[in-house]
Amino acid sequence: MPSRSSPGAPMNRRVVITGIGVVAPGDPGVKAFWERVTSGSSATRPISFFDPAPYRSRIAAECDFDPVREGLSAQEVRRLDRAAQFAVVCAREALADAGLDPDDLPSERTGVSLGSAVGCTTKLEWEYAVVSDAGRLWEVDHTYAVPHLYDYFTPGSLAAEVAWVAGAEGPVTVVSAGCTSGLDAVGHGCELIGEGSADVVIAGGTDAPISPITVACFDAILATSNHNDDPEHAMRPFDRTRNGFVLAEGAAVLVLEELGHARRRGARAIAEITGFANRSNAYHMTGLRTDGREMAEAIRAALAEARLAPEAVGYVNAHGTGTKQNDRHETAAFKAALGPHAYDVPISSIKSMIGHSLGAIGSIEIAACALAIEHGVVPPTANLHEPDPELDLDYVPLTAREKRLDAVLTVGSGFGGFQSAMVLQRPGAVA
Amino acid sequence: MSAVVTGIGVVAPNGLGTAEFWRRTLDGESGIGPITRFDASRYPVRLAGEVPGFTAADHVPGRLVPQTDRGTQLALAATDWALEDADAHPGDFGDFDMGVATAASAGGFEFGQRELQNLWRLGPRHVSAYQSFAWFYAVNAGQISIRHGMRGPIGINVSEQAGGLDAVAQARRLVRKRTALVVTGAVDASLCPWGLVAQIPGGRLSTSGDPGAAYLPFAAGARGHLPGEGGAILIVEDADHARRRGAPHLYGEIAGYRATFDPAPRTGRPSRLASAVRGALDDAGMAAGDIDVVFADGAGVPELDRAEAEALAEVFGRCGVPVTAPKSMTGRLNAGGAALDLAAALLSIRDGVIPPTAGVVQPDESYGLDLVTRTRRATVGAALVLARGYGGFNAAMVVRRCPQAAPRPARAAAITQGEGT
Amino acid sequence: MSEFTIDDLKRILRACAGEDDSAGLEGDILDSGFEDLGYDSLALLETASRIEHEVGVAVLDEEIGEITTPRRLLDLVNNRLVEKV
Repeated sequence: MPSRSSPGAPMNRRVVITGIGVVAPGDPGVKAFWERVTSGSSATRPISFFDPAPYRSRIAAECDFDPVREGLSAQEVRRLDRAAQFAVVCAREALADAGLDPDDLPSERTGVSLGSAVGCTTKLEWEYAVVSDAGRLWEVDHTYAVPHLYDYFTPGSLAAEVAWVAGAEGPVTVVSAGCTSGLDAVGHGCELIGEGSADVVIAGGTDAPISPITVACFDAILATSNHNDDPEHAMRPFDRTRNGFVLAEGAAVLVLEELGHARRRGARAIAEITGFANRSNAYHMTGLRTDGREMAEAIRAALAEARLAPEAVGYVNAHGTGTKQNDRHETAAFKAALGPHAYDVPISSIKSMIGHSLGAIGSIEIAACALAIEHGVVPPTANLHEPDPELDLDYVPLTAREKRLDAVLTVGSGFGGFQSAMVLQRPGAVA
Repeated sequence: MSAVVTGIGVVAPNGLGTAEFWRRTLDGESGIGPITRFDASRYPVRLAGEVPGFTAADHVPGRLVPQTDRGTQLALAATDWALEDADAHPGDFGDFDMGVATAASAGGFEFGQRELQNLWRLGPRHVSAYQSFAWFYAVNAGQISIRHGMRGPIGINVSEQAGGLDAVAQARRLVRKRTALVVTGAVDASLCPWGLVAQIPGGRLSTSGDPGAAYLPFAAGARGHLPGEGGAILIVEDADHARRRGAPHLYGEIAGYRATFDPAPRTGRPSRLASAVRGALDDAGMAAGDIDVVFADGAGVPELDRAEAEALAEVFGRCGVPVTAPKSMTGRLNAGGAALDLAAALLSIRDGVIPPTAGVVQPDESYGLDLVTRTRRATVGAALVLARGYGGFNAAMVVRRCPQAAPRPARAAAITQGEGT
Repeated sequence: MSEFTIDDLKRILRACAGEDDSAGLEGDILDSGFEDLGYDSLALLETASRIEHEVGVAVLDEEIGEITTPRRLLDLVNNRLVEKV
C-alpha cells in the first residue's frame, strides 16, 4: 500500500466535527447538557459518593449517571472505572450522532485520542484502600488485588475501551496534560487527521475524579470553593466573591473527520476545527503569572493556524475556574491576544454550571462551542452577580444570548503551567 | 525538514548516564536484582530493575526534592544530561521555540502511595500540598518545562510501553511545525509496593527468583517479564538548525513512525503490529531490506513473543534481520523502556554494534528470529524500534544515520569484552 | 510545646519544602521575605500543615497570604499557643 500519510507534517487536511457525545453533571446526553449550559443553573450539590464531612470543600458537580440505563453490560460496569464508563457511553452517542456504524469505519484509518488528567483514579483509590487495609499497610496485600488493577494503574485503558467501541485500529492514545487534557486530546486528533495518519479520530476527554484523594489534594492548596452551604452558587467565575472551583466529573467525545471523508458520506458537519496550539508558562506547577503571556501566545498561534484575525472571533469559551488568579490571568491573556476586540466579544465560563471536570472539561467545552455555533446561542456565566472591578470584559452574566457565531475560541489552563487554545468555525464559513 | 536526535540522557537499571549504560549493555551486564526499595518478601515477584546509586539531592535542586516523585527526579537528571550532551543551552533559544513532549505510564506513583496512606490512615488534612501535581501523568513534562524555561508546545502521551515512541513522534511533529528544540522520551518509576502490586494481577510478571533467568525475551523458557524503573530523555531538533548551531552529535534521524491498535481480544482477530512496522517503513520511504537491526518489544510472555515474531517474519522473512531486546538487562520500564530502546538504537548506529539480549542462551527456534544474544559488530545505518503497550498499543519507529554525520569507529574494547561474556 | 522557635521552623521548612542552594536558611532570616528565601505559597501551605500536625496550631486559610516573613509566622503560631494554654 502506498503511503497516504506523512506523520508530523503541519496541519493541512481539514477537520470537521460530525458527532458529539456528552456525559456532564446532571443527566447524561448532549440534549440535557446543552439545556444545562444555556440555563444559567448549576448542577453542584453536596458530595454524595462518600462522606465529605472531614473535607474543606464538601461539594461537587456530579453526574446522574446510571451505567446500566446507559447500556453498559454487567461486566463493563464491574470492570470499567467510572471515567471509562463515561467515555464508552459518550463514544457510542457520538458515533450514533455522526450516523457512523463502527463496522463501516475504515479501521486502520480510524484513531482515538482521549484526554484524561487523573485516569482511573477513583478505582485506584478504592482498590488501594482494600489492599492497604485502609492505609494500615505500606507493603500492601496483593492477594486482595482485583484482576483489572493494571488497567487502572496506567490509563491507556481508557483509550483502549473507546477504540474497541469504534473498532479503531489506527493511532490510539491517551493525552494526559492535566486540566488541558481534553483540549489537547482533540487538538492531537486534529493533528492526526491533518497530517494524514487517520481519516476519522474519536477524540475527547473523560475524568471521574470525585474521590477522597482528589478532593483532599485540592483542599490542601485551597483551589476548590468551600461555599459548602450554598452549592449551587459556589462557583462564581469572574465574580468579586469567587473563591475557587467546584470539582466535577464528566466526559465528551467527538467524531472528528477529514472534510472530504465526511462529505463523501453526506455527513452533517457541526463545526470545523481550524486552529489549535498549546504553550507552557514554565513558571510554576500550579501558579500563574498575572500577565497571561503564554495563554495569549497559544491564542495567537491558534488564530494564526486558522488564518483568522482576532476581530473574527464571535465568542470566547473561557477556562473560567473562578480562582482568584485564573480569572485575572486569562482576562489579561484575552486582552493581550485579542486587543480591543477583547472588550467586545462575549466571554463565558460554562464551568459555572457544570464545574471543573479536570481532563474532561476541555472537550466538553469544545462540544459546547460546536453546539453554540449550531444553535446560535452563547452560554452564560452563572452566579456572576457582583462583577470584579479588576475584570472588565463582557462575561455574559446569568443569561444566555442569541447570536450567530461564525468563529469561536476556547481556551484551557492547567497544572504544569499548560495553556491551550482552539478555534472552531461554522462549516462553510471557512475561507 | 528532518528531525534528528542531538542529545541523549539515560537513567537505567544498568547504568546512570549514557556512557555507563552503554558500556554495561554491550558487556551484557544486567541491572536486574532483588528489590531493595521495600520489603518484597511477601510478593510472588521479588526481582526488578532498580536504578542504582541515584541520590536525588545530587542531581535535583533542593527545593524540588520534597515536591517530586523519584520518577520525576530521574527525569530531571536525564534531561540535564541530554541537554548537556546536545550542548544546547536553553538561554540561547527563544522560550517559545523549546517544547516538551514526554510519555508517562503511571505518574508519581510512590509519592501517590505515601499520600494515599496519609489520607486513609491519618485523614485529609495530612495530604501534601504537592500531591495535586506530584503524582499526575503530566508531572515530568511540567517540571522539565519549568526548570529549563521552555514555553513552547507540550505533549504527554499515555499508551504504556508504546508511549515512549509516541512521544518522540510528537516531538518530530512539533519540530516540523517549527519548534526548534524538543525535550522528549520518557522516564517511568513505580517501584513501590502499590506500584508492584498493581502489576501482579495482569499475570505477565515473572515469578522466577533467578536474576539471570527471570526475564528472557524470545527464549524457549520465557516466563514473563520483570518491572523496572528509568528510561531516556532525548533532545530532538530540526537537522538544519542543529547543524547551524554546531550541535556536537547528530545521533540519527527520526525517519519513520506508525502507531496501530490491536482489535479487542474477544474478536479473535490478530495483532496489527505488522501493519505498524510497514507503516513506519513507508513513512521513512524505506524497504524492509534497509533495516539493519530491530529492537524488539520482547515481552518475554510466550504468546506475545510469538505474535511479535510472526509480525517480524511477515515483514522481514524468517531470520531476515538481526533482532535484539537489551531490556532483558533492565526489565520493562513502561514508556521509559521504549525511549531507552530508541537511545540504544541510536548508539548502535553511532558505534556499529548491536547490543545483546543478555541472558538468553536458547532462543525458541520456532520463532524464526535471528536473535542477537551476544554483542555483535555490524554496520547499522537504520534501526527499527518496536514497542507494544498493554491493552493493544503498537508503535514502530525507524531511526537512521544522518546523511552528513561522519560515522565514528566502533569502540573495540567494549565489543571484545562483550563477546567474551 | 510551649514555644515554637525559629529553629523549629527551619527544620520544618527543610523537611517539607527543601532548601535552595542559593538562598539558604542559615543566619538571621526572621525578617526575610519567604519569597526571597525561595518559598512560594505552596511551600507555605505545606509548612502550615506540618506545623498544625506537630504543634496543634492551625493557620487559617485567609491568613496564609498575610504571612510574609518567618517572624510573622512565629508570632502567629506562638500567640495561638498562648491562647490555647
